Amino acid sequence: MRTNVETVDNVVIRFAGDSGDGMQLTGTQFTNTSAIQGNDLATFPDFPAEIRAPAGTVAGVSGFQLHFSSKDIRTPGDEPNILIAMNPAALKANIDALKTGGTVIVNTDKFTDRDLEKADYESNPLEDGSLEGYQVVEVELSTLTKRSVEDLGLGAKESDRCKNFFALGMTYWLYNRDMSITQDWIKGKFKAPYDQANLNALQAGWNFADTMELFHSSYEVPPAQLEPGTYKNITGNAALALGLLTAAKLSGRQLFQGAYPITPASDVLHHLSKYKDFGVVTFQAEDEIAAICASIGAAFGGSIAVTTTSGPGVALKGEALGLAVITELPLVLVDIQRGGPSTGLPTKTEQSDLNIALYGRHGECPNPVIAAATPSDCFDAALEAVRVAVKYRMPVVLLTDGYLGNGAEPWRLPELDQLEPIDCNLSTPDDAEGFQPYNRDPETLARNWAIPGTKGLEHRIGGLEKEEGTGNVSYDPQNHEYMSNLRQSKVDKVVADVPDVEVYGDSDGVGLISWGSTYGAVRTAVDAARAAGLKAGHVHLRWLNPLPANLEAIIRGFSNTAVAEMNLGQLYRYLRAEYLLELESITKIQGQPFKSSELIAEIKKLS
Amino acid sequence: MATNEEQESYSKKDFMSDQMIRWCPGCGDYAILSQVQTVFADLGIPKEKFAVISGIGCSSRFPYYMNTYGFHTIHGRAPAFATGLKLANPDLSVWMITGDGDSLSIGGNHFIHILRRNVDIQLLLFNNRIYGLTKGQYSPTSEVGKKTKSTPMGSIDHPFEPCAVALGADASFVARTVDIFVKDQRAVLKEAADHRGTSFVEIFQNCNIFNDGAFEDLTDRKVRDEAVVFVKHQEPLVFGGKAGPKKGLKLNAQLQVEVVELNEDGDTDGILVHDETNPVLANLLARMRPPFPVAMGVIFRVQRPTYDAGVVQQLEAAQKVPSAGDLTKAIYGGNTWVVE
Repeated sequence: MRTNVETVDNVVIRFAGDSGDGMQLTGTQFTNTSAIQGNDLATFPDFPAEIRAPAGTVAGVSGFQLHFSSKDIRTPGDEPNILIAMNPAALKANIDALKTGGTVIVNTDKFTDRDLEKADYESNPLEDGSLEGYQVVEVELSTLTKRSVEDLGLGAKESDRCKNFFALGMTYWLYNRDMSITQDWIKGKFKAPYDQANLNALQAGWNFADTMELFHSSYEVPPAQLEPGTYKNITGNAALALGLLTAAKLSGRQLFQGAYPITPASDVLHHLSKYKDFGVVTFQAEDEIAAICASIGAAFGGSIAVTTTSGPGVALKGEALGLAVITELPLVLVDIQRGGPSTGLPTKTEQSDLNIALYGRHGECPNPVIAAATPSDCFDAALEAVRVAVKYRMPVVLLTDGYLGNGAEPWRLPELDQLEPIDCNLSTPDDAEGFQPYNRDPETLARNWAIPGTKGLEHRIGGLEKEEGTGNVSYDPQNHEYMSNLRQSKVDKVVADVPDVEVYGDSDGVGLISWGSTYGAVRTAVDAARAAGLKAGHVHLRWLNPLPANLEAIIRGFSNTAVAEMNLGQLYRYLRAEYLLELESITKIQGQPFKSSELIAEIKKLS
Repeated sequence: MATNEEQESYSKKDFMSDQMIRWCPGCGDYAILSQVQTVFADLGIPKEKFAVISGIGCSSRFPYYMNTYGFHTIHGRAPAFATGLKLANPDLSVWMITGDGDSLSIGGNHFIHILRRNVDIQLLLFNNRIYGLTKGQYSPTSEVGKKTKSTPMGSIDHPFEPCAVALGADASFVARTVDIFVKDQRAVLKEAADHRGTSFVEIFQNCNIFNDGAFEDLTDRKVRDEAVVFVKHQEPLVFGGKAGPKKGLKLNAQLQVEVVELNEDGDTDGILVHDETNPVLANLLARMRPPFPVAMGVIFRVQRPTYDAGVVQQLEAAQKVPSAGDLTKAIYGGNTWVVE
């Protein structure tokens, strides 16, 4: 019986444990349940690059943060209200992030001397007063879980594996969540007796929280007032896959994805490989280079061709991307950015590939660049990238990042019949008379796309400079200059498809410019700054090349302007070079997204 | 590979492009180009169904001289382009042209993987044992001791045996021929075209500028009969002699090949009979070097599933469900909720 239910606008919860403790799964279950209960939400999974780092060490801690709210929210939250720490290492790695006065649930069974030693604790934080200022809820999670499944005849290890569901049950009680969504999922996912074991643990966690009066109250987070429509919870990588699938469907062509497994892009390959019933061909190549080359081969063959990768993979694809530029074939290269250089921080987020996306090829080799702003926006950005690649016959680089790819939010599903078809405008046998592969549309400068198998249009393309019109190899100096300018002009032409940017908030105060996944944190910060009486405006860039036509005028309207990005100032330098304007640079390069509080402080400084 | 119902008949000329051929006069590539054009005309495949894909190097200029669809790609990566094209368009007859540097050095990885996957294309490797287009450095098939611009004291690099590499990569079809053995070359190219899977053909090719006479010790008319053995499935491995074979190959107790003289009747009892499906024999033949005769013809051929057919099969199976390709289901399926 609930005696004390408090209604709150929003909650930030973080689950943390060993890599094998099932924290990502637990967080995802809480997320899906909250989504279906109508909350707005944003998630931030944060896990190590190692699959199973030594158990109990700080290096092996995997975390999942969820912000759920009855209001419109855009970030996974700066500070958790509640932390579930499955062992001392999880406590150690996450306690500093917890809000002052916040709640921490700890599994006391995992606080033996040996566990403390593995986490490099010199004294037991549960006893040495270091957790003062937090509400500590000590639970014998392992013991209680074991007891809840003891009738099922599981081994000690197997019983212990259910403890994440016990923890989830407790948090479901605490936040008045509907357990049925997870219960149904368990029934579908696990075989006997593990289904029953997990159901028991979940229920036992709920009952334990209900009867033991561990918390002085439970909380209600009412549904958010979202725009009317049908919603589903989606990660950026899943939305990206659906965007590519939809683009191919709208074009009436086959989707071809060339990819090599790489974190955090592999999920896109997993998602697309499930859509064979759409005729999607996913090709897991022998390396990153083969992945893009096979995609270009498929583009030559008339497919909607994409190659998906991350950090180091982009570097490997540079030469082939140049070939796609000179042969003027449609291609989308998706870069799910991660911390670099080199192997860098494979599972952490960063926006440090803007330069390589803009410039990372030899020769004069321009291509359009677009960046997704939120997990669900990956759908729209993918659609737009394909549209431009096909319309102008050239490769487009689409940037997302680990935070977008793995993060989730409610997605208002598009009205499919409202989506415009993509016209591939392929050459046909009727065009055979006088056909030339490098004749172009005067408007878009798109060259003819004649796919092998089409009678009468046999032609050769390749990496040697092409003569305009015929497409024959040409070493003519004037032709090379002409073609170099032409390839640049094609990219410039895309500006016709780039909408003007609008200022959110004040257009004459402090301006913050963002691109990609920093959208949410910047928008939240600008809201907060304005609520505090400051004059602030936000401009978010979707297309990075070409830039929106009105951007310079907008920047000139601000009293001063800062570019916020998770790198060392790549967009900042690009905009300064482009417009010869004084700008400020706000950067963070810690493998973690901006907190809106950090950006509010920057706005105050600039005001 | 689809054949046209109203079959046009072609001549070699139909496959000659309007581009000026820019290989050096006397280059072995001319002979190969001529044979490929001749074979294409005879295959009964509509012209628009051919695609010629190449990497980088002298040989890789090949597509520009073929009046078909063609793609001159980047160094070493032609197998990946060919794979993508074949998967996008399984109806095409895809021919890949490459060289010893392109496939065995920079493109080694792609070379072994296309053979392993057994993508249904023809892969013609022109082996001239030299880097020609970069003006004469040693290649991964150059002999130890070879003096070139980059090895003034002689190469210390152990060379690859291309056919053995192909066999090691589980190629389903391995053959060898020579630029100037025109008739034999044409026959091998036809066998390659008929094979389903990656048909690997090594073509010994003379570079008269940077490695002239690379294969003279095998191809010169004076020594040819003794220096090469033409292998034919289920026929004894015999060679030597203008009027008829004088020598044969035998396997000794140590499983080594031996050259034996045939008796006056040309009796082939006890002589090895070529079995192109036998990988052990194929390896022995592929690695034969003087003083043994060098094997020419189809060294190895087996049927095994092709990658592209596997892809098509999976797509067809997946598309049998009633909801196949239903975008509404893909997007609106799963856990959704409605906000009024």
